[in-house]
Amino acid sequence: MSSTPVLQRRDDMGSGFPTLLRKELQRFWKVAFQTIAAPVLTSLLYLLIFAHVLEDRVQVYEGVPYTSFLIPGLMMMSMLQNAFANPSSSLIQSRITGNLVFILLPPLSHLEIYGAYLLAAIARGICCGVGVWLVAMLFISLPVHNAGWLIAFSVLSCGVMANLGIIAGLWSEKFDQLAAFQNFLILPATFLSGVFYSIHSLPPFWQAVSHWNPVFYMIDGFRHGFFDASDVSPWHSLAVVSVVFILLSLYTLRLLARGYKLRN
Amino acid sequence: MSALQLENISKIYSPRRRGITDVLTGRRRSSGFQALDNVSLTVEHGEFFGLLGPNGAGKTTLISILAGLARATHGTAKVCGYDVVTDFRAARQSLGVVPQEIVYDPFFTVRETLRLQSGYFGLRKNDDWIDEVLTNLGLIDKADANMRALSGGMKRRVLVAQALVHRPPVIILDEPTAGVDVDLRRTLWDFISRLNKDGHTVLLTTHYLEEAEALCGRIAMLKRGRIIALDTTEALLAQVGGHDLEDAFVRFMNGDRVEEAA
Repeated sequence: MSSTPVLQRRDDMGSGFPTLLRKELQRFWKVAFQTIAAPVLTSLLYLLIFAHVLEDRVQVYEGVPYTSFLIPGLMMMSMLQNAFANPSSSLIQSRITGNLVFILLPPLSHLEIYGAYLLAAIARGICCGVGVWLVAMLFISLPVHNAGWLIAFSVLSCGVMANLGIIAGLWSEKFDQLAAFQNFLILPATFLSGVFYSIHSLPPFWQAVSHWNPVFYMIDGFRHGFFDASDVSPWHSLAVVSVVFILLSLYTLRLLARGYKLRN
Repeated sequence: MSALQLENISKIYSPRRRGITDVLTGRRRSSGFQALDNVSLTVEHGEFFGLLGPNGAGKTTLISILAGLARATHGTAKVCGYDVVTDFRAARQSLGVVPQEIVYDPFFTVRETLRLQSGYFGLRKNDDWIDEVLTNLGLIDKADANMRALSGGMKRRVLVAQALVHRPPVIILDEPTAGVDVDLRRTLWDFISRLNKDGHTVLLTTHYLEEAEALCGRIAMLKRGRIIALDTTEALLAQVGGHDLEDAFVRFMNGDRVEEAA
């Protein structure tokens, strides 16, 4: 046995949270063509097709052209889908390639891991939303009525989807399980929530169903920030989205604290 | 305070959940798999300690418990006196683990990988030490290469570098030389031996028993989750009269089988 003095751990170690956040941001930023430009292009195609077909036939709010009505919905849809995709794809890729161990070995708490994945997902979602808005502005002017509503609904809605993305990423052991989560839950919830229409145009039964879909409140509240008009009060929408965010956050934190499918 | 301390550690992996086919066919839920059975072990500071055993003996489970990748069903584990569950930050700050599998993040270069790993430990300005580790592991000319572009041996060197990036007092190497060339083995053991001489505690698992014999001062042998031998390398050889560790290992494993059969 060595007679050298007992080594101690370094005393200059801080939190690993900033690095994990930076890594999760870099992960999508390094492939921004795929993670930001592609969703923006998809939204642009929806905009061109739907606006071309429905511009002269549909008017949802008084004095608001259909194309203008559509843009916030497409922005929010893009934000939601990408906020979900960021943590879910990161977690499942790391799990399948095995490099998840690199964040499990360091002294990162479940709160730090949660915070990094959440904030990176929100950042990617907002990048996509802003991208859709900027490209849409090339075709039609869409002034902001109330930036506060836009920021609140963007952040909270991306936060909700980030939580779902973390849950899906932890739960899924294979890519097809994640694809099922995405195709059978996230995609229908975002499409059937008023992206392309006002729920007032639906039959009463489907209106009632829509009120049970939290994504409806995300899009409706977000639209209020542009048009000062919405299907339900923005305060009502904010309350629903906030409660969903808090409940999902608590559940996600519990899974991470337990090490669900991370630590045997 | 010891470098590593395991007290009465048992680990039973949860049984597989019953699926629809199990319910339909009436198959019972299994009782789980016992990977470790009441293991107690202490490794003192500065030791070069070997943990040997056949595949499935519980070596990786034991390491996983120390690293926080698995939770013990019973018992306590400490690294440098810090409990791996209740004081996990200090325990993990004190420990560097080289995993058995070659894993890497394909998005980053070697230097980015090490900077990230360093950052996860909360070390921002660590480039001097990163350069030292890269140089000592023969990786300095690959520092800016993407991880995808490296050979298997080079990737394993990066794994070792990642484990050392926070200069931990305790280093665990889980079969670090499996399937690697002679050059890496020599480079790796030279560097690890030097770290051990500088005071780092090393716990090594390997199936190359000549490496364990040459490097380890004390050795524990695990079989089916239990420690069946624990002593200095010389004492173990003397106990069974083997002419080398491989011979002694086989005798211990077979002797245990005879005991169990009786």
